[in-house]
Amino acid sequence: MSATSSKDKPMTATTFTEGLWKENPVFVMLLGLCPALAVSNTAVNALAMGVASTFVLLGSSLLISLLRNLIPKQVRIASYIIIIATFVTAVDYIIHALSLELYNALGAFIQLIVVNCAILGRAEAYASKHKVGHALVNGFGMGLGFTLALVLVGGVREILGFGTLFGVSLFGAQFQPWAVFILPPGGFFVLSFWLVVFAAVRRNRERKEAAHGA
Amino acid sequence: MSASSDKPVQLHTSPHLHQPLTVEKIMRHVVYAMLPMCAWSVYQFGLSVLMLLIVCTAVCIGTEHLICRWSGKPSTVNDWSAAITGILLALILPPGFPIWMAVVSAVFGVAVGKMFWGGLGFNVMNPALVGRAFAQAAFTVPMTTWVPSMAPGRFTQFIPSTWTPPLMVPRPIAEWLDQIAVDGFTGATPLALMKYNQESTETLALLTGTITGSAGETSALLILLGGLYLIVRKMMDWRITVSILGSAFILSGIFYWVDPTIYPSPFFTLFTGGLMLGAVFMATDMVGSPETAKGAWVYGILIGVLTVIIRLFGGLNEGVMYAILLGNAASPLISKMTQPRKYGALKKREAKA
Amino acid sequence: MSEMSTPSAATPPAMPSPLRLITTLGLIAMLSGFTIVLIYQVTLEPIARNHREALERAVFEVLPGAVSRANFTVIDQELIRLSDEELAAADLFAGFDEDGNLIGVALEAASRGYAGEIRVLFGYAPDREKIIGFTVLQSSETPGLGDKIETDPRFLANFEALDVRLDETGEALANPIQPVPEGAKTQPWEIDGITGATVSAVAVARALRESTETWVPLIFAHQDELAEESE
Repeated sequence: MSATSSKDKPMTATTFTEGLWKENPVFVMLLGLCPALAVSNTAVNALAMGVASTFVLLGSSLLISLLRNLIPKQVRIASYIIIIATFVTAVDYIIHALSLELYNALGAFIQLIVVNCAILGRAEAYASKHKVGHALVNGFGMGLGFTLALVLVGGVREILGFGTLFGVSLFGAQFQPWAVFILPPGGFFVLSFWLVVFAAVRRNRERKEAAHGA
Repeated sequence: MSASSDKPVQLHTSPHLHQPLTVEKIMRHVVYAMLPMCAWSVYQFGLSVLMLLIVCTAVCIGTEHLICRWSGKPSTVNDWSAAITGILLALILPPGFPIWMAVVSAVFGVAVGKMFWGGLGFNVMNPALVGRAFAQAAFTVPMTTWVPSMAPGRFTQFIPSTWTPPLMVPRPIAEWLDQIAVDGFTGATPLALMKYNQESTETLALLTGTITGSAGETSALLILLGGLYLIVRKMMDWRITVSILGSAFILSGIFYWVDPTIYPSPFFTLFTGGLMLGAVFMATDMVGSPETAKGAWVYGILIGVLTVIIRLFGGLNEGVMYAILLGNAASPLISKMTQPRKYGALKKREAKA
Repeated sequence: MSEMSTPSAATPPAMPSPLRLITTLGLIAMLSGFTIVLIYQVTLEPIARNHREALERAVFEVLPGAVSRANFTVIDQELIRLSDEELAAADLFAGFDEDGNLIGVALEAASRGYAGEIRVLFGYAPDREKIIGFTVLQSSETPGLGDKIETDPRFLANFEALDVRLDETGEALANPIQPVPEGAKTQPWEIDGITGATVSAVAVARALRESTETWVPLIFAHQDELAEESE
């Protein structure tokens, strides 16, 4: 349905922005929910997870788009997985080298980027069918959309659960933390809250467009 | 609901006006049945509990009304069910619970526990318990901070933690405790004393409610009176209450018989914590409990057994809330499995043969 | 997503030869392996340094005043000095001040908390026969409750001078470490608990008790040996 489904179409703004809003991987397509729930207990963790996933998305989009005419259809999924796994392993080592604290906070979820369907979905649905430039821009948009979603969830959870945002105290020392928001149920509460907000905004917009068209 | 009489034909003298038992009417009578309990808990804990009752009830009604309005439906607050949720919630929170946290729990209970499902009749779980479960998970320490009952000056001053500024930790109550000078007050409920210190509390104190606890769980006697009133008026399924209390009594009796030095006596189990309140007013919620008579027994026994198991072997000292929530969750399945055989239909095995 | 269902025009319907499939996959796998090895080589040193620094920070934290350390392992009741390359095998770390005097020994302890394993590091000063420092290495205790074992200053004050004296035989503690409810501490070997986080506090006490019962007699017997090891 997107305007860029054909290979020869020129790059448009939608190539980039569809991942941010219209096809946001978490809030609209409901992909990659496992990391979105599991490592979104603080805004910093969420941001790190988002950046790591964006890097994997960019790298795999680039390589898959480059190799798209060389990989036979029958082994494409296996090839995509190997390529994605390579970048995930790289990210894993790099984060481990950059900060031990961050590495411990993200835990097994860095390795689990490999099964994030938002990434394999991009490889299958976009990168394997488009030119390198398109694939990179689209992958970057999707990565940003994923990061945005994680930070939105992580931000709310951190504000309520710790009284801080990106580690900066918002309410002073007397703040009563809402422990439940740091625990797994809090992830579900906040994610569903954002899903409701996004759905409401989308419905409003569609209603307006319909009214406009008529 | 077994509102209709057993006789196939009813003979009455005129006037032949029959008033059907409506949801609204049942709910109103549940509120009546809870009033003595409320009065007693206000007498015990004073202004703070009165405030909790008022605020919780108002917030529950307000939340339901607002959500109805936002979703463009007629308001359903006139069926009294939101008021019941509010009263119940206030009765199962600690008396000195900060008002702002009570507001949050009430909004969560009604919004997530009831209205998101589609309102009364569609919710799976008891909204008051959902609110309390949320409070337990979010504000663990305030939820386990208890104050002594019958404190002097309770009708003229609030417990300091009641008026905590929003989003802040509860005001410390140590100074206030010193001031009212209650000797040997540890802030532990009878259940906590049992679990961590192996100390039992006298049954008479448990019956009348001169103990520490949340407002409504302290007097088993008044809860039973309220329950009896509803049973006599046939507005409550007595099977659920009886099976919860009975199974909890029997199971804890068995443990007590095996080793009375570790396990509490069955009477202690019956009269402590929220078991009585839960069995009479919360598990019997018509929406969350099975609709068949056989199902009611299964449901009640499940809750009773779970309560005892959580209390004796779990990490928490009180398990009624989770037991009822689990029972609520299981009740559609119980209803389905205990449907009576259709008249004239053969049993499965016979039908096959 | 219409892209998924549209068959790519570039791929002919005919099946490519198995050889081609294997070669492609093999090439991609080789490329992947090569990249990973490269990144592994580059990050090996920083990762090891991170771990070393984190450990060093923890050791110096539990041994106030220490500025250098030495790693040891224990084989058949004998202390064996290890180099930094063999860090992973180390059981205990001796800390020394600027003049090379032994401040104490940092030891690891672990037990099951409320939510998974709690690993802690504590500092033992053989000359004073006391625990003089404590830090949590790893825990997944409930935020806001159980994680008070890392943050609550009143709880951490337990470990500024926790008595672990040996009895006359020199083979066991005179008074094994005891957890008590919050505010009930009366003896120097008792650990004041945390209200609302009893399980976590008791787990810490249990970890320390088990670790001290094994290690303290051994270290106490070898303290002169350790003191001579400073650079």
